Amino acid sequence: MKCQYACGSSEHLMARRKFLSLSASGAVGVAGGLGFLTRGAAAEQVQQMQQRIVVFNMHGGLSQLESWDPKPGTRTGGPFRAIPTSVPGLHISELLPQTAQQMHHLCLFRGVNTSEDDHGKGAYMMMTGRRQSPAADYPEIGAVAAKTLMPNDSSLPGHIRIVPHGGGGRGSDAAYLGPKYSSIHLGNGNPPQYTKRPDGITDDVEKRRQEFRRKTDRRFLDGRRTAMTDVFTYSFEQADRLMEQRDVFDVTKEPVADQEKYGTHDFGRHCLLARRLIERGISFVQVSHSNYDTHNENFDFHLEQVGEFDRPFATFVSDLAQRGLLDQTLIVVLSEFGRTPNINLYLGRDHWSRAWSVLAGGGKLARGAVLGATNAEGTEVVDVQVDHAQLFHTYLQAVGVDSTTSFQIDGRDLPIADPAAEPIWKAIV
Amino acid sequence: MLDVSKARIIHDFTHERPLLACRYDPKERYVVTSSEDFRLQRFNLPGGEKTVLPEVHSSWVHALGFSPDGQTLYSGGCDGKLVFWNIAEPEVKPLRTIDAHQGWLRAMSVSSDGSLVATGSNDKTIKVWNTQSGELVKQWVGHTKNVYSIQFMPDGKRILSGDLGGAVQLRSLDADDVKASFEAKPLHTYEGGQMVDFGGVRCLAVRPSSDQFAAGGLHKASNPLGAVHEPLALRFALEGGQILKSHVSEGITGGGLWRVQWLSDGTLMGVSGGSSGGFLIFWNDQQDKDYFKFKLPALARDMDLATNGLNVVTSHHDGHVRITHLSAS
Repeated sequence: MKCQYACGSSEHLMARRKFLSLSASGAVGVAGGLGFLTRGAAAEQVQQMQQRIVVFNMHGGLSQLESWDPKPGTRTGGPFRAIPTSVPGLHISELLPQTAQQMHHLCLFRGVNTSEDDHGKGAYMMMTGRRQSPAADYPEIGAVAAKTLMPNDSSLPGHIRIVPHGGGGRGSDAAYLGPKYSSIHLGNGNPPQYTKRPDGITDDVEKRRQEFRRKTDRRFLDGRRTAMTDVFTYSFEQADRLMEQRDVFDVTKEPVADQEKYGTHDFGRHCLLARRLIERGISFVQVSHSNYDTHNENFDFHLEQVGEFDRPFATFVSDLAQRGLLDQTLIVVLSEFGRTPNINLYLGRDHWSRAWSVLAGGGKLARGAVLGATNAEGTEVVDVQVDHAQLFHTYLQAVGVDSTTSFQIDGRDLPIADPAAEPIWKAIV
Repeated sequence: MLDVSKARIIHDFTHERPLLACRYDPKERYVVTSSEDFRLQRFNLPGGEKTVLPEVHSSWVHALGFSPDGQTLYSGGCDGKLVFWNIAEPEVKPLRTIDAHQGWLRAMSVSSDGSLVATGSNDKTIKVWNTQSGELVKQWVGHTKNVYSIQFMPDGKRILSGDLGGAVQLRSLDADDVKASFEAKPLHTYEGGQMVDFGGVRCLAVRPSSDQFAAGGLHKASNPLGAVHEPLALRFALEGGQILKSHVSEGITGGGLWRVQWLSDGTLMGVSGGSSGGFLIFWNDQQDKDYFKFKLPALARDMDLATNGLNVVTSHHDGHVRITHLSAS
């Protein structure tokens, strides 16, 4: 029995169990999670639009002054200069020369004020559009995208995170939407963990194993179907489909010229993989770039990190534009917060959430637009102030999701985005 | 008479912005500093009358150097510019501006006869310029990481350079290849969790006898982004390239060496700045640990030794430029 179930490999057995365990653990808090399986006509219409979201998470807190809102020559400006972009009158940091040439595709929010300087809380706010609360947990943008944008019959997962280090697994980031929409992690851009079938298992053996599993599943479900059993079944089916489509996650299948264009370093590979995934219909991909928490020697580190970010990101934007994918793909470059205008004694910048920037583009967002402004030294927002909740609404509106509506979960209306906030309509065309 | 244990601050001048680099006029008439407002300042000695130089650089200036006669100042900025100044005149003006590098000009060194100035940059090149004509006389591309430090040998014909990755290279002006390579790896950290390169050869100093040199920077960088690291100077034998001493300083848990220089009695002096504050640290050739350190009132970012061998100028984050006298007299 054990051999039939897990092909005799203890490692593989553990892997499958771990996969199931992670999936199920995400479901524990979901009473009656079957609700998400019901979809309305409007939802299906959105799914047919094949919209996608790609988030670049600048982990640790990208400095807005060394990226999207430079203040050269001021007390807070630091050593870097500003350069013109493809948008007349718009200047960004000289660390982003290639991205500067893509700004006509993008939409810059320069008046972000999230008033939260804690890494964890800031990240939660930016990813869920809500403040963290002990009373409720909210799904991250990736889970919302997977639920609202991914066709129901998709054979691929809708929520992928490409993380810098090895490993993998799943996130518990879908909250009440359930584990079906939680992220699958691609450690260092590698295919999902434990999706390679052991060499000793032939196609025929694998087919018989799956048939046996389904048969026992059916017998069990006939009498005792619950949300939890559905999650288990879904997890098995998803794992099976992932194993069949492992090549989707293999960036080395991309043309060599493209691999060189993006750069052979990890972040370059991850950006190219993001392109590959959205071209194959995956609704949400998050790429992380680390690390920007530069309390010390901020300028040297941004020189290194932003310098690495620039070319792959600019190539990604350019590729999507050239391939006609920008109308269907929202790109967001965010952090948990920005960094202090004040330069500390270690030539660093500290946490700063009161006046920073988020870059986005694609979908229904205005192209080449700049919304909001900070004062001369970047210490406060002076025009079009926005926060995490408004941005969250706006991301969803940009891909055709009416963020003012609700999910129906177990008969309850759960607002997709914070009902106390509204989209930034100025940014939507 | 040199006695570092009697070190004391004898001058303290201020600028309204945090200071970066500093150098002592070889004739000891003034000191020059750079600051976070892109400007350079000349402070006359001993009174400290300040002259702010015209704004020529469009970024910070980390590299300063003097001609041996003290008549010309050279400044290198994060704008890649190399500027020559008539620093000894009452009205200081730029004499020449060269677009020297495609990236930060981080380090410079003037040859002992004053005929050449060598510059190192984030563009990973080392360039040598004729100080009379401003012409580029030599260029090397060889470092794989940003060039952080550069130092002419006393003979004025060879140059040491160090980079972010801990590589130190010796070149001769009459050759294109690297004459010798030295591994200062303890000065480099790649922190896998934070995914950052950190440290590097922040400074180089050649002993007057030319048999040894020191490479300074930091180590034990357990949290590079959070300023957790300690100062370290590696004493190398020029012939053979072995590390003779790894000079550390106990009690400074947040610091790194911005510059090292040799004193007349063979002491190696370093200036450290970091979360532990500012220090002048002194090592001899007998032991790894320092034999004395002098606590400065604020975090220091650069240092230069006067021609008299007794006065040391330091530039500080708090906008002060301080001169410390290394003697009881």
